[in-house]
Amino acid sequence: MTDHGTAIRLEACAKTFANGVRALAPLALEIAGGETVVLLGPSGCGKTTTLRIIAGLEVPDPGGRVLFDEDDVTVLPIEERNIGMVFQSYALFPNMSVRANIAYGLRVRRLDRNAIDARVDEMMAMMDIAELAHRRIDQLSGGQSQRVALARAIAVRPRVLLLDEPLTALDAFLRTRLRVEIDRLLRGLGITAVYVTHDQAEAMSLGDRIVVMNEGRVAQVGTPRDIYYRPATDFVADFIGTINRIRGVVRGDRVECRAGHLPWSAGGGGEIEVLFRPEDVTITAPDDAHLTGRVVSSFFLGDRTKLILEGFDGREVVIETTDRREFGPGTEVAFRVDADALISLKG
Amino acid sequence: MRRPWLFYTQLAFTLSVCAFLIVPVIMSMLAGVTQNFFIGIKSGVTPRWVFEVWDLYSETIYLSLLIAVTCLLVTLVLGVPTAYVLAKKSGRAARVIEEILVLPVAVPGLAIALALIVSYGGFRDFRGSWAFILVGHVLYTLPFMVRSVLAVLSSIDFKTLEEGAASLGAGFWPRFFGVVLPNIRSGILAGSLMVVTLSIGEFNLTWMLSTPLTKTLPVGLADSYASMRLEIGSAYTLVFLIMIVPLLVAMQILGSPTKRVAKVETDGDGSKPASMTGSRIDD
Repeated sequence: MTDHGTAIRLEACAKTFANGVRALAPLALEIAGGETVVLLGPSGCGKTTTLRIIAGLEVPDPGGRVLFDEDDVTVLPIEERNIGMVFQSYALFPNMSVRANIAYGLRVRRLDRNAIDARVDEMMAMMDIAELAHRRIDQLSGGQSQRVALARAIAVRPRVLLLDEPLTALDAFLRTRLRVEIDRLLRGLGITAVYVTHDQAEAMSLGDRIVVMNEGRVAQVGTPRDIYYRPATDFVADFIGTINRIRGVVRGDRVECRAGHLPWSAGGGGEIEVLFRPEDVTITAPDDAHLTGRVVSSFFLGDRTKLILEGFDGREVVIETTDRREFGPGTEVAFRVDADALISLKG
Repeated sequence: MRRPWLFYTQLAFTLSVCAFLIVPVIMSMLAGVTQNFFIGIKSGVTPRWVFEVWDLYSETIYLSLLIAVTCLLVTLVLGVPTAYVLAKKSGRAARVIEEILVLPVAVPGLAIALALIVSYGGFRDFRGSWAFILVGHVLYTLPFMVRSVLAVLSSIDFKTLEEGAASLGAGFWPRFFGVVLPNIRSGILAGSLMVVTLSIGEFNLTWMLSTPLTKTLPVGLADSYASMRLEIGSAYTLVFLIMIVPLLVAMQILGSPTKRVAKVETDGDGSKPASMTGSRIDD
């Protein structure tokens, strides 16, 4: 494996399917060598189409180009692109043992037997599946299957690794576990990886950068922190994490609203919508507070308590607190919001 | 333990239906080894009629086997790729072709035979050869091969399997022979047995297409019923059953081709309980 993985560049890649459906508006995307980019979005947003264009399973509409480093691979079929791919359904071959599955790509490349054996052993040791070598595919659990699929994809030393919702078919417990393993694997290999998911937690924890997509377009590209703290659009703000929205009027250094006021330093005037995350609040005494609401429901989550409050121009507000008190329904809660954490999309 | 009367009624009913179906077969088989059918089994048991059948009709048996095997080869070469292409195409045209393929099963064999004679009967050498019968058999059995392979293809996610193979560098031919074919083996096997069994037993078509020099087993059977002693006709039936029953048994053992495949599929999609227990034990 090279130290600097292959860079990927998409130029004006659009995709219109035979039935006339436009899956992807012209998209430009640069992925640096060794970077892990996550394509995130709801189903039908074009993320899988984008991945399949990079893989060579779909050809972009005329005018689009796909480059691996400086090689134009637009017209190369998938089998000639030297990629590794991991599928949601694993796509392991049921007619072969685990070992034969991992060796498949090496056999296709006509490596000599010793080289294949050595590489397969190395892969199985790395993925910790040596004891499964002679199992049949239908004797594997979901987690084991995905490890085999990863080993199979990496065995051929691909230029880029493409993962299409690899954890979606697993239960929550395994998903978290394999997410950690995949993270370690990608960093260890230094390989360029493109990872498709609709799960924001996966995207945040794995991606060097996240490409949030919606309705065939890129909504925002940025690091997980950019996306979370500085969402560019309403869609991104709502899609990633929980966000509260308060309407008010700017008066000097504060935004006046029905339930109180919020600090404001960005200037401007008139009506405004201010957004903040549930964890950016602190519960305080009423005379010290920015906003006051009444508890509708309260969920104790162990490390924190999640409160759903009403009393804000129709919309409920969700806040999280590490305060150990119990807040029953109907309780008045007064809180402050960190001035730095306030987001305004139309400011 | 007392069983309710309903149980005994059902048992009696089932047994009488079975008897209704099986008694004629047993009678026929017995007749084939009886010295004189009109006197009955007490006239003695003899293998004589079976030998006589062999002397008179072994040609038809060989021809039937030859046609069945050739028919199988042809339906394999035509049917498996057809099923593959039909499974790959999702459009309406593919579904229409699928339906058209079943037509020969619905049209009476005699009508197919007539159509073949009208179309190709003028080619004397072809008309007189067993290849003429073969064409009829292929027409008649091809839908069964295609259907059987198609059923397995649509029960496995072969498109993703192929994409997986392609992502690992395999071109079309290695993918088709190394990944697609082995995973639809059960469908091909079931289809093959069906084709061989149907071909060996086919009478309607064959009777019209055959000539005195190209008689298959069922045509010979009709011939012997019409012109020989009843014992010889029955012995002939016995020979036919000996050939066909193992094939039927094999077909049953292979069972529904989807059984094994379905299991692979649920595991492949990561059935949640399985992955939980699996990981707890192995991780």
